[in-house]
Amino acid sequence: MKLPAFEYKSPASVGEAIEILAAHDGGAKAIAGGQSLIPIMAFRLASPSVLVDLSGIPGLVGITIGEADISIGAMVRWRELEEHELLRSACPLIAAAVGHIAHYQIRNRGTIGGSLAHADPAAEMPGVAVTCDAQIEIVGKTGSRRVAARDFFVGPLTTCLAHDELITAIHLPPWPVNRRWAFEEFAQRRGDFAFAGVALHYDERSDGTIEDAHIGVIGVTPAPRRLAPVEQILNGKRLNDNLVAEAAAAASAAVEPQDDIHASAAYRRALVGTLVERALISSAKRGRAS
Amino acid sequence: MKLRFDVNGQAREADVAPRTTLCDFLRDHLGLTGTHAGCEHGVCGACTVIVDGCAVRSCLLLAVQANGASIVTVEGLADGDELSPLQEAFRQHHALQCGFCTPGMLTTLHALLSDEPTADEERIRDVLSGNLCRCTGYIPIVEAALEAREHYAKKQGSKAG
Amino acid sequence: MRAVNTYIGRPIERVEDFRFLRGRGQYIGDLKRDGQWHAAIVRSPVAFGRILKIDAAPALKMPGVHAVITAADIGTPLPTIPFRRKNPTIAPYAQPIIAADYVRYVGEPVAVVLAASAELAEDAAQDVIVEIDALTPCVDWKASISASSLLFPGTNTNIASTFTAQCGDTNAAFAAAPYTRRERFSVQRHTALPMETRGLLAEWHASENRLTVCGAAKLPFFNRRAMAGMMGLPETSVDYIELDVGGGFGARGEFYPEDFLVAFAARKFGHPVKWIEDRREHFTAIGHARQMDAEIEIACERDGTVTAMRGTMYVDIGAYVRPNGMTPVRNVVQFTTAPYRIPNLDFTGHGVLTNKTPAGTYRGPGRFEGCLFCERMFDIAARELGIDNLDMRRRHLLTAQDMPYTLVSIAPDDGFGEDECDSGDYRVTFERCLEEFGWDDKKALAGTLRDGRYHGIGVGCFVEGGGSGPRESARMEVTPDGNVDVYVGSSAIGQGIETVMAQIAADALEVPMDQVRVLHGSTNYLKEGFGSYGSRATVMGGSAIVLAAENVLKAFRELAAKKFAVAPEDFTVSDGVAHARDGRSVTLAQAAATNSLSSEGTYSSNKRTYTYGTAAAHVAVDPKTGSVQVLDYVVVDDVGRAINPLTLHGQVVGAAVQGFGSVFSENLIYDADGQLLVGSLADYQIPLATDYPHIRAVTLEQFPAPHNPLGVKGAGEGGIIPVGAAVINAIASALSSFNVQPTALPLTPPRVWELIEKARAAQT
Repeated sequence: MKLPAFEYKSPASVGEAIEILAAHDGGAKAIAGGQSLIPIMAFRLASPSVLVDLSGIPGLVGITIGEADISIGAMVRWRELEEHELLRSACPLIAAAVGHIAHYQIRNRGTIGGSLAHADPAAEMPGVAVTCDAQIEIVGKTGSRRVAARDFFVGPLTTCLAHDELITAIHLPPWPVNRRWAFEEFAQRRGDFAFAGVALHYDERSDGTIEDAHIGVIGVTPAPRRLAPVEQILNGKRLNDNLVAEAAAAASAAVEPQDDIHASAAYRRALVGTLVERALISSAKRGRAS
Repeated sequence: MKLRFDVNGQAREADVAPRTTLCDFLRDHLGLTGTHAGCEHGVCGACTVIVDGCAVRSCLLLAVQANGASIVTVEGLADGDELSPLQEAFRQHHALQCGFCTPGMLTTLHALLSDEPTADEERIRDVLSGNLCRCTGYIPIVEAALEAREHYAKKQGSKAG
Repeated sequence: MRAVNTYIGRPIERVEDFRFLRGRGQYIGDLKRDGQWHAAIVRSPVAFGRILKIDAAPALKMPGVHAVITAADIGTPLPTIPFRRKNPTIAPYAQPIIAADYVRYVGEPVAVVLAASAELAEDAAQDVIVEIDALTPCVDWKASISASSLLFPGTNTNIASTFTAQCGDTNAAFAAAPYTRRERFSVQRHTALPMETRGLLAEWHASENRLTVCGAAKLPFFNRRAMAGMMGLPETSVDYIELDVGGGFGARGEFYPEDFLVAFAARKFGHPVKWIEDRREHFTAIGHARQMDAEIEIACERDGTVTAMRGTMYVDIGAYVRPNGMTPVRNVVQFTTAPYRIPNLDFTGHGVLTNKTPAGTYRGPGRFEGCLFCERMFDIAARELGIDNLDMRRRHLLTAQDMPYTLVSIAPDDGFGEDECDSGDYRVTFERCLEEFGWDDKKALAGTLRDGRYHGIGVGCFVEGGGSGPRESARMEVTPDGNVDVYVGSSAIGQGIETVMAQIAADALEVPMDQVRVLHGSTNYLKEGFGSYGSRATVMGGSAIVLAAENVLKAFRELAAKKFAVAPEDFTVSDGVAHARDGRSVTLAQAAATNSLSSEGTYSSNKRTYTYGTAAAHVAVDPKTGSVQVLDYVVVDDVGRAINPLTLHGQVVGAAVQGFGSVFSENLIYDADGQLLVGSLADYQIPLATDYPHIRAVTLEQFPAPHNPLGVKGAGEGGIIPVGAAVINAIASALSSFNVQPTALPLTPPRVWELIEKARAAQT
């Protein structure tokens, strides 16, 4: 499974990269970690004429945790996210999800920007990004813009990125001290794409009721999204067994899973309910934001 | 493309096509055939090498992307004819049968234990989940890794002290 | 004076490890020859059809492309791949070494591109245009049997061969039985999946009229004979060279189309030709295995005594009969009830052709499947009769009094004649397994819900047929420096024969093991050899080495006798030294320095060995996700004699984990058009280091094999055979309150969940 031939370019700036991508009218492809792109090329499912290596571009590898904003450069590798002490409390959902992504060696190379641009419907980070109301910072020929994660992912392996645009950073809102969260997924084996996954967070008022619930799903919708019906059931209420069961049932009803060679839609639908149930229970047990 | 690397402590130069993976470069251009290509799509881990201190799948890295890097392959783990403590532990525990996955197991564990000499069994198994073995059932590989930790802890201790 | 058997029986660390650990193994991919060309195989994208046209012109235009070969270049008659065992009906279904008029499976070789590099060959292979008039494929045995479409024109059936095994009078037994039960089972298509894909490097030496093929495995001598026949060369003009091999498990090493195609190209163009299979093509090109459906019936007395078993198995063997394609069929028919004494048996097995990759052997072929069928039926019957499932087995397990126990014979005879379990007491391993496992303590857990999971325990007994004949050869050469080179016809596939055979040789000659070097497999080492399959290497190769050593010592005595003018009988030979009565002595090295000291040994046997044992599993099933965790798995076997307990244990544990893959996750899924939907290691899911940490294996040596000088029984496959049985029974035990009846593999989480949901729905 040798790679098809291509020209290799290593631009020194975002602007230079975009010029190259624009000039080849869709025939050029950006390569970040390469952990998704190279296998696709090895199977000859894609044969870009030019690979534009982003690793030489400065300014894409920072993790900045501020009071109003958490910003992660697109070329930050999974390993860096795993090892970042402050990120664990700044956005625990990201820290929790990263451990489930693929395997050790992949996490040494794969990047957050690459994963979001690739938009595999069973990947963890797009689901977490949508759940956390992330903003994706994009740079193209006309300048830079921010797109809400929920608008960024259009369908399986499809985003709103034009062929000559690059993700430069991901922005997350600050994480309040009264936020509870959970991440649950179930896969056949460690590191496999999950049959389904759930990422959630909500804020706990002083009277113990839930506020601003965010429930996101992975692998059971064409693009990752939040489940508004489930959030509506939870908001304003205190968590108890009945509420958990109601939320789980609503989650099962709200998703559109597919049949494939690994699992049926019915299984995935039921699994989402189980994962929401387990996520809510674990969110209650876990201490807050730390 | 003209490239320069440090491979197992030796400076090496090469002129390769962009599509040459690091795995094929090591095997075909440098004759370091210890790194094995088991799948060429980034799943089996037999191609694992250490690039700038990190274990990576060399079949998913273009040689050109590793330009200037310091690379350690399985051939660079032992000192001359002596087996390293990790390799010795593998032999004692019968942690290899056909030997095809073994280089990737060794480089992965060398990278892991160099960073985390106190890694427990769960962590070791978790990291090794990215390396496929069809012969051993993994149990003796994990045993060998657990035993080798002592050496890595000593090494880290002597570095710190 | 040295103790006898200094090495045999000891857990000696392997000699082959040094090169593997240093990355200095030499696998076929590591081999290079100056001026070599690289081959890429163009494969059929369609499951069944007539080839209309192959246009190689676009490929020939591409850089670095030297040639493209199709059937037209090879000429008629196109060679077909020979069978390894005789059979009266399979001849029309042999595989041509390249598709000529029909393609019969996705992946069948259609053309060969030869280029300056593997990359360029692969680039060009994409551009070869193959026009096929697609026909409707048969993708399962039911479609094939309905014979609306024949895979092979001129034949009148898609059933390549049918085996039967009968003894006693099952009709009478079933008619008289107060309890009978029928059940259907299904085992999925999967494959051995060695970590190294296949590869070959062929060279034609024109001046010597000699062909060398590197990349041999498993049975180089048979393949050499086959190749020589196809090439019109004498066998002595063909060398099959075995290098290091990255796993075989029954799939690698049989003669495949690529063996011929690569060699043909080398001879035709006069350049060495190298071919390395890539992983994607491996899935459609390597032998598939295990797919079969079975309908099994059991007849019992009220007290659980099994009076009869019968059934029909439909084995999906793919588009052609592989050299060993019938082995799983004849095995499942003969061995389903093998560890048990049951007087009335009637099994029929059909090898059914379908438009899928041809199937062959995978570790314990037909035995894994049959063990699952038998053991599951026992537990079903025990539960419905309200009797203890262990006592049911105790009543029938073969004991020492039964030995040798004649197994039911199969028809047609495939050259193996009558078969008998050689020695042992199967109740011993049974009881020991239950004890090690803690069955009595775990019983209370069975069927209960703890922490959201249902617990279950299950058991399965097995036999492993090893040491198949007819013979194996070895040659021992003492060199003047006192080293001993041992050449053996057995093949190395990762099982450590360089060490195990060295142990045997060193003990037989009474020399230090580090003076012994074992060379294996390649056809240029011996006049005749057979190889490594059916767990025969230690039995056959090891015994051949014992005989060769005897001959070397005999020759040594004679040399010493001549040297000292003393009768050969008047020497004491020990520790590599021949001592005459008067105190004079001569060493092996000294004798070899002045004379050639080399002898052969051939061990012949038509009696197989039977390692046997029992496995028990404890599982916990999460009913909401369908996830099954194996909390404990214990296997106890009796191998007669263990030459190296370290490597033997490795075989058993490794095989058990492969078995878990068969049970839980591996599956080669085809769609209705005969397209294989699994083409990567992401989709074909073998066990990982995180999956099965709780395995314990105990090996006994209570009943040596009676027929070979070492007393050993083959033990490379036993570890996989009972896994399906023990686990499926454990899952049924866990879910007994739902009355879940697991009958089909793989038991993936979605499938377990579906079984539970169906059972829940049936209960309401």
